[in-house]
Amino acid sequence: MSIYDLTFYLFAAITVISAFFVVTTRNIVYSAYYLLFTFFGVAGIYVLLGADFIAVVQLVVYVGGILILLLFGVMLTNKITNVQIKTGTVKLVPAVVGVALLAGVLGASLLNTNWKTISSEVPFSTTHSLGLLLMQQYAVVFELLGILLLIALIGAASMARK
Amino acid sequence: MIHIGLSHFLFVSIVLFSLGIFGIVTRKNAVMVLMGIELILNSANINFIAFAKFGNFGYQGQIMALFVIILAAAEAAVALAIVLNIYKTFSTVNVDEIDTLKD
Repeated sequence: MSIYDLTFYLFAAITVISAFFVVTTRNIVYSAYYLLFTFFGVAGIYVLLGADFIAVVQLVVYVGGILILLLFGVMLTNKITNVQIKTGTVKLVPAVVGVALLAGVLGASLLNTNWKTISSEVPFSTTHSLGLLLMQQYAVVFELLGILLLIALIGAASMARK
Repeated sequence: MIHIGLSHFLFVSIVLFSLGIFGIVTRKNAVMVLMGIELILNSANINFIAFAKFGNFGYQGQIMALFVIILAAAEAAVALAIVLNIYKTFSTVNVDEIDTLKD
């Protein structure tokens, strides 16, 4: 077993186990902290797939931005003083059955498909090529996404202040 | 021992997607529903990048993953504002108790 395989299993285990705890822990703040480990594990998987820039963006945007936003959401909408920070679950049994069925169908289709793969060389660094692609072929999409992000943030700020 | 291939990454992605769906349909708190959505977006990103690598599509898959991350950031900001407004109106963020459009 090569070091690549071992690293994959390590990151996959971190991702899956912490994601399981995210959706099963009763305390929302703990869920948010487990989500941190999930994002780290996914970033490691991106590195194993040769996407180093995406991995760093994942860490900066998800861990530094989205997770903090979610924690703000938890802290601002729950009364910290009385123990209202726990959350309940609804309709557990149908959800388990449905999700198990869905995962079974997806897994069966994964196993029964004859995936054609081409071996591609692992690039040394993807940042240069991604930057060129963003500024040339995807320049319009890039600018539109910038405008969309600006609109979303202004809208969110004005909506939250009301 | 099997070498790590495309299906290993797809399997992790399937597990993340199923757990995300599970979180969305079972948890009461609206912020927990958001966390489930983030898990699903991450699983989609793993799929994009894994197919781009093993199908030798160059950088197109990574660009798509980048766009998904940007949209997730915008979505989280707007969703947090909505959740705060809901909390101001209903004094709760449990999605099973918010069943009126107007009070």
